[in-house]
Amino acid sequence: MAPVLQSSQPWVEKYRPKQVKDVAHQDEVVRVLTNTLETANCPHMLFYGPPGTGKTTTALAIAHQLFGPELYKSRVLELNASDDRGINVVRTKIKDFAAVAVGSGQRQGGYPCPPFKIIILDEADSMTEDAQNALRRTMETYSKVTRFFFICNYISRIIEPLASRCAKFRFKPLSEEIMSSRILHICDQEGLNLDSEALSTLSSISQGDLRRAITYLQGAARLFGSSISSKDLISVSGVIPREVVEAFYATCKSGNFDLANKEVNNVIAEGYPVSQMIFQLFNVVVEADDVPDEQKARICKSLAEADKRLVDGADEYLQLLDVASNTMRALCNMPQEFSFET
Amino acid sequence: MLWVDKYRPKTLDRVMVHEEIALNLKKLVAEQDCPHLLFYGPSGSGKKTLIMALLRQILGPSAEKVKVENRNWKIDAGSRTIDLELTTLSSANHVELSPSDAGFQDRYIVQEIIKEMAKNRPIDTKGKKGYKVLILNEVDKLSREAQHSLRRTMEKYSASCRLILCCNSSSKVTEAIQSRCLNIRVNAPSEEEIIEVLEFIGKKEGLQLPSGFAARVAEKSNRSLRRAILSLETCRVQQYPFTSNQAIPPMDWEEYISEIATDILKEQSPKRLFQVRGKVYELLINCIPPQMILKRLLHELLKKLDAELKHEVCHWAAYYEHRMRLGQKAIFHIEAFVAKFMSIYKAFLIATFG
Repeated sequence: MAPVLQSSQPWVEKYRPKQVKDVAHQDEVVRVLTNTLETANCPHMLFYGPPGTGKTTTALAIAHQLFGPELYKSRVLELNASDDRGINVVRTKIKDFAAVAVGSGQRQGGYPCPPFKIIILDEADSMTEDAQNALRRTMETYSKVTRFFFICNYISRIIEPLASRCAKFRFKPLSEEIMSSRILHICDQEGLNLDSEALSTLSSISQGDLRRAITYLQGAARLFGSSISSKDLISVSGVIPREVVEAFYATCKSGNFDLANKEVNNVIAEGYPVSQMIFQLFNVVVEADDVPDEQKARICKSLAEADKRLVDGADEYLQLLDVASNTMRALCNMPQEFSFET
Repeated sequence: MLWVDKYRPKTLDRVMVHEEIALNLKKLVAEQDCPHLLFYGPSGSGKKTLIMALLRQILGPSAEKVKVENRNWKIDAGSRTIDLELTTLSSANHVELSPSDAGFQDRYIVQEIIKEMAKNRPIDTKGKKGYKVLILNEVDKLSREAQHSLRRTMEKYSASCRLILCCNSSSKVTEAIQSRCLNIRVNAPSEEEIIEVLEFIGKKEGLQLPSGFAARVAEKSNRSLRRAILSLETCRVQQYPFTSNQAIPPMDWEEYISEIATDILKEQSPKRLFQVRGKVYELLINCIPPQMILKRLLHELLKKLDAELKHEVCHWAAYYEHRMRLGQKAIFHIEAFVAKFMSIYKAFLIATFG
């Protein structure tokens, strides 16, 4: 028997703002888009910013508010990285959709229904450069009947010709107060009990990413019931407890290689993600008061190197050991150059 | 049946090592529903055991009636069609697969196959809508594109399917996927916990375990429970009744690598390098992963070095392992590491002893 599904919507979807004016913290964008709703006209747009700041939400909300549920299907094309978006799709699917003419602007059922269609390209930074190039002419040719909304994390990965055809909007990471007020709103609705310490932990571990904060909150709520402490939040978020990072740092300071090796083995066996470890070690090093700047710089250089290698898929143990060795040599003022390398 | 499988806990109630995680998982699915999950931890720590037990908790006994299927898929990718073959393990309500088996074509698996599976929702007897559980192994080996494709699928079909992802290191899983899942860290069991399990098995099998014997097996196991149980069984086959100072056979490939390490330390010359190459080839032919060879070799070498050399050697190990990941043939990089080590060690010997 298949398990029965109850109200299983993730809270991220459940509390996704349905209207542009509900989008938190992005004032300029909201102002421009509200204007769009009144005049029923808008330029091509490019939304960029870190994850969880409301880019997709805004794009979907404006599309819904412009066309209403009836026309939405025929007027909006939403493509994201889970759809194939190679150059073929740009040449056929997007072009075909963009070329279709639409009726003149008649208000229908209280929605503005402007005389154009919208193509939303979510996660546009994962499109290939060729595919982006193929879009350039399409955007201009059909600009009468089609508007493009690009959504991406990194604007540098959108080719310049595309970016210059769009009005750009940067989505800021959410500030702590805004985040707290949204979280408290959700806690209210879901009947959760969150003390102020847990609330500040949640804002600090999610780093301005509201989606992450809500996911952690839901995870913690499912695991630990309706009253959540800051420890529970840390355990679902995958953040490494501060003691572990500090113990690691302390062994590096001690200058004993075998101790450090043992500590590295321990970290790996406990299953802590090394990329997270490097990130938190970075914080510890930068905040340390008793370390001169030159040593800090040396450590940071080795952290950066290890991070790049991890992204390439290198082995976690070896990289962390290398970081430990470099940190140790920097902290204990051992020579940085190898003496036996020829 | 191997003891590893025989004593694998089938339900969350009977889990011995990760009791707290099991308890939390039980709470999690108490309402017959769960978020997407991401299990990560070192190998032999019990991720798979927990997942299977969790599945049983969700789906009931039907989760154990699995069939292995080898299916061919034809995927239409614009101008060409791609043939993919994939082995899946499935029961009525769950499918398990390793998308990374498809190599560089894993993107299509995620985009087409998983999407298709996620779309079809099972209907239970009362006509209510149910959901399907998809288990994906080794998500850390998925290419970046495939992981990108996965993220929207996870959101879009969240009403009809739940994904359970399983991987060794969550560093290699993109942030976007991690933030969409409830992350569960499965740490390697401590030596005490391994001893406890070994003693439990010993009791069930009616064995006499001399005091300290289980502790020695646990110590040798590198905190991998699977390995501890396997080596206990090996010892049982080799000699029973156990004596308290019975040798615990090391893995043969580990012994072989420690031989290589001794060779390298004895003589540093092109001739020796040539011999070592033959031995490394031998290991690679026997399907020992090159990363493991390099790590083990480093481990063996570090045992016998002075502190100042250790830094240098571990730096080069990290350097060449990274290059190995980017490159094509592992043997070049292992050999480069050996050559580098020889040159450093020789320079060190000359500097010290003249």
